[in-house]
Amino acid sequence: MSARAVVTGLGVAAPNGLGTEEYWKATLRGESGIGPLTRFDASTYPARLAGEVTGFHAPDHIPGRLLPQTDHMTRLALVAADFSLADAGADPEKLPEYGMSVVTANSYGGFEFGQRELEKLWSQGGSHVSAYQSFAWFYAVNTGQISIRHGMRGPSGVLVTEQAGGIDATGHARRHIRKGTPFVLTGGVDGALSPWGWTAYLSVGELSTREDPRRAYLPFDADASGWVPGEGGAVLTVEDEEFARERGAGRPYGEIAGYASGVDPRPDSGRPPVLRRVIEQALADAGLGPRDIDVVFADAAGVPEPDRIEAEAVTAVFGERGVPVTAPKTLVGRLAAGGSALDTATALLALRDGVIPPTAHVTDPAPGCAGLDLVLGAPREARLRTALVLARGTGGFTAALVVRALDGPWPRSA
Amino acid sequence: MSQFTVEHLKALLEQAAGQDADAPALTADTLDSSFGDLGYDSLAMLEVASLAQRQCGITLEDEAVSDADTPRKLLTLVNGLITADAA
Repeated sequence: MSARAVVTGLGVAAPNGLGTEEYWKATLRGESGIGPLTRFDASTYPARLAGEVTGFHAPDHIPGRLLPQTDHMTRLALVAADFSLADAGADPEKLPEYGMSVVTANSYGGFEFGQRELEKLWSQGGSHVSAYQSFAWFYAVNTGQISIRHGMRGPSGVLVTEQAGGIDATGHARRHIRKGTPFVLTGGVDGALSPWGWTAYLSVGELSTREDPRRAYLPFDADASGWVPGEGGAVLTVEDEEFARERGAGRPYGEIAGYASGVDPRPDSGRPPVLRRVIEQALADAGLGPRDIDVVFADAAGVPEPDRIEAEAVTAVFGERGVPVTAPKTLVGRLAAGGSALDTATALLALRDGVIPPTAHVTDPAPGCAGLDLVLGAPREARLRTALVLARGTGGFTAALVVRALDGPWPRSA
Repeated sequence: MSQFTVEHLKALLEQAAGQDADAPALTADTLDSSFGDLGYDSLAMLEVASLAQRQCGITLEDEAVSDADTPRKLLTLVNGLITADAA
């Protein structure tokens, strides 16, 4: 086995598009999925905007036998996994069951399901709580349900590092491939748009309380006021390159070329955030220098201080306006672990089509972010071979991923 | 409830564990199939037992439920308890 990890399939469930190409077209057209919360009555809460996946009717996508045991976000994950496998042209029934793994990231578990069952517990008693509460609330549930549905019995797991999760899971998928498991579903899907989940989001203290969907989430902008939560994410099919070639897979989107992660020191420690070092380590892991990176997909906190920290780290590595930087998540909100998985999918689509999707709604970069070459207003066409995806999660989790397009014809000779 | 019928059990299974058009359904022909073969795992049976207790006003012991591993055995178990309660 070559042990080169290539991405052969993408499956997206995003607030501005259900399905990879639907999402990608909407993103290039600048169509936003952020709007007033509809999943529950949020009128009494200080923040009332969210990125909701619309047009998703679960029974159209999910077997009836799975409906009583799945939270909304798990259903989205199952659909994203289906999309990804279809895109990869992979039929799990024809692949070795112990050669397939599932490694996803998740941040909240099944909040909506959990809230419903807790309500039953308090109002009706323990005998009314669903037996499925035992796993439906749990972070690992998406990995478990995907694994069971497709008979994927290789080493599997879940990573919980908030926004960094989608990248950390992908990095872990590459480890499995290097250790000999040739086929891994990875990425992440998140979402907790229920009153209980909303309270958890609010507790972070960074949500934008604005009403205008175009002015609520403005990362790197002088008018930044916080962020908007969203639901969804992406599932990536990652394979050993030789395995993919031998099973007749279509041309991969690219390879997982570099990965690094770290955790920020305590804010009062006097030591700098780890982002710059994590970027440098991811580049080193890929065997690339700053000039080799064609575009950066930013974490884009939407909060002035972390925005400035990210801008300083990127500028320190790449120089003033040294690389195009973008944050298409301005169209969907921050999806926790699903966010960096979706950014990775978006980066691979950008490589495929030679176009950088813009950072929506941002018009007036903050002085502390002026060193960034932000892609604003419209998509920017460019010859793209490599992309760097950044994520900084609540709690200091930091991760960076380098994806690189494949050279030459496909299939390559052995 | 004086009698726990096949139709009652069918509705209860659907409420507890969902149903698909192409999944094996509960019919006169499958009364002696194991719940496992019909696609219900142990957790689904836990949920089924929980609903049956509430809807029929009976108490089901865990061991009795795991021994009642076919629809016919579960119907017999539940109906026996309903009758005992009524007596």
